[in-house]
Amino acid sequence: MSLLSVDNLGKAYRSYRSEWQRFASWFGLPVKPREEHWVLRHISFSIEPGEAIGIVGQNGAGKSTLLKMITGTLQPTQGTVQVNGRIAAILELGMGFNPELTGRQNVYHAAGLMGFPAERVNSAMADIEAFAEVGEYFDEPVRTYSSGMQMRVAFSVATAFRPEILIVDEALSVGDAYFQHKSFDRIREFQEQGTTLLFVSHDPAAIRSLCSRAILLETGTIIKDGTPEAVMDFYNALIAEKENTCIEVRTLAGGIAQTLSGTYEASVQSVILQNAAGVAIEFVAVGEVVTLRITVRVNSAIPELVVGYQIKDRLGQTVFGTNTFFLGCEQVELNGGDVAEYAFRFPANIGIGSYSIAVALHTTDTHLAHNYEWRDHALLFNVVNISHPTFIGVAWLPPDVESTR
Amino acid sequence: MLGFTRTLWAYRGFVISSIRNEFVSRFARSRLGGVWMVINPLAQVAIYALILSNVLAAKLPGIDNQYAYALYLTSGILAWSLFAEIIGRCLTLFIDNGNLMKKMLFPRITMPMIVVGSCLLNYTLLFLAVLVVFALLGHIPGWQVIWIIPLTAAIVALGVGIGLVLGVMNVFVRDVGQVVPIVIQALFWFTPIVYPIEIVPDGLRRVIEYNPMVPIVSAYHDVLVFGNEPEVQQVAITAAVAIGLMLLGLFMFRRAAPEMVDAL
Repeated sequence: MSLLSVDNLGKAYRSYRSEWQRFASWFGLPVKPREEHWVLRHISFSIEPGEAIGIVGQNGAGKSTLLKMITGTLQPTQGTVQVNGRIAAILELGMGFNPELTGRQNVYHAAGLMGFPAERVNSAMADIEAFAEVGEYFDEPVRTYSSGMQMRVAFSVATAFRPEILIVDEALSVGDAYFQHKSFDRIREFQEQGTTLLFVSHDPAAIRSLCSRAILLETGTIIKDGTPEAVMDFYNALIAEKENTCIEVRTLAGGIAQTLSGTYEASVQSVILQNAAGVAIEFVAVGEVVTLRITVRVNSAIPELVVGYQIKDRLGQTVFGTNTFFLGCEQVELNGGDVAEYAFRFPANIGIGSYSIAVALHTTDTHLAHNYEWRDHALLFNVVNISHPTFIGVAWLPPDVESTR
Repeated sequence: MLGFTRTLWAYRGFVISSIRNEFVSRFARSRLGGVWMVINPLAQVAIYALILSNVLAAKLPGIDNQYAYALYLTSGILAWSLFAEIIGRCLTLFIDNGNLMKKMLFPRITMPMIVVGSCLLNYTLLFLAVLVVFALLGHIPGWQVIWIIPLTAAIVALGVGIGLVLGVMNVFVRDVGQVVPIVIQALFWFTPIVYPIEIVPDGLRRVIEYNPMVPIVSAYHDVLVFGNEPEVQQVAITAAVAIGLMLLGLFMFRRAAPEMVDAL
């Protein structure tokens, strides 16, 4: 049995010709609403214990509405949500905190709001206090807290009892770096103990590192449900979408989903990685100087062309990325039929593993304004360690070592 | 009904701590703190008792005390303040807690319960202050004062019933929130609190007697001022109306709860 199953879920906001008709409908009178505005429709998915799911989508895509229906604050108009277990939501931290009460009193209050009687809060109080690390402020009124301290207490109480499903909104981006790490650790710990995570974020790196699956919402429906990598690549293409953009997903050898998007005033003709001798290679030694050669064909006149690339590891985390705008090497006033060639030469100071290169053709510093072409997985290569001492990690940072005794 | 009761029992700790927090935060950072909880109602009653009865020193038939009018006025206000406070708080209850209702899942029924609890606490303090002031004025109510308990229950039921119906409607039609305080004001003058019901002309009196608060306020007068037993039949009718309204209020609350979050 799955932990959470959402079946054909839909939410409509109803408006009536007059509010009196709405009142009449509660008493069972057959009144038709004048208008139904669907913000979410035909959403179905199910989640197994221990999964971690990222929910992505542009503003207004229906993410919050979906989460509110899963937590139960909003009633679905259509379909059902079935939950087997307790849900805790970190949607808005510090909700219901009373500034005149002390941190400790607010903890009792907030836990009571979550449905925990005082006896259970008592037994968890020491942990909550220790986790929040606000020192003696814990017994001071919350109005004297900094916003970070308030968030610490709020997070501690929200996660004091391990839920079966934990919903995390971007709330976690508040607080200092130390506490962010600490809270992510707690979330991972819950995950290891079997808590399912529903994570809403615009941050691709966080989704990729935390989630095992991602769901992309657009205008109230699920348009993609799959691995975080494939979904985030698609999302990336989607946010640059303009009128004559097309998005295409190809399946490469090995089952990798390659997302291409753009308006194609310019297109990528070839992408090759060469060694010092100019030979195209697939295996790169750590530290070897290589050249990334990108050939671009201009299809119709464009005022400006910027070529960018990103090197991503096998999880899709960006290891390095830059473009000719930042490098000070833009081309301007290009005509249809022109062919531009770019060579990026760099030492491959990256850790062993397999990498992919994404290439983008656009204007200015990002692809958000004009996206001529964005091509994920344009090239795959492997880094092997041939001549250097053993190391781990994504970067090759050769140290000089000295030791004394 | 049973479901509501069970939920309230499970969340009793939350309800109690919410009521306590309300008072704690109201008196936080004041030197005298909780003492204000007694001083406020005491001052309120003392003002009515001393100033008004010296200015309007009219004697009431049936009681022999120079502060008769003050006693009459105060006991009526005691009943009215509970009624008006519950309605006033219920009226904006859902709008005030809109953000919380949208973000957190908790039993909505706890909200009116918190209102009732905190209003009852205010009322109890006011009642005790009234007894003290009455004693100072040389008037000790008789054993009939025990009637206050069922009368209070009737006021709570009436207030919650009307308050929930209006509070739910106010979420969708905000004009309700503007109209109701005016209506309550008017209703105050259509209840014999400031004047004895005997002075009202017959024609108008028949109209006034449709006001469900009239039997209750009269019963307060009987019990606290005149030392009589209240007219049980009249009070029973109001109590029945109150229970009916409370059931209607709970029913509407239950039906509206899902849609309320949409409209907030």
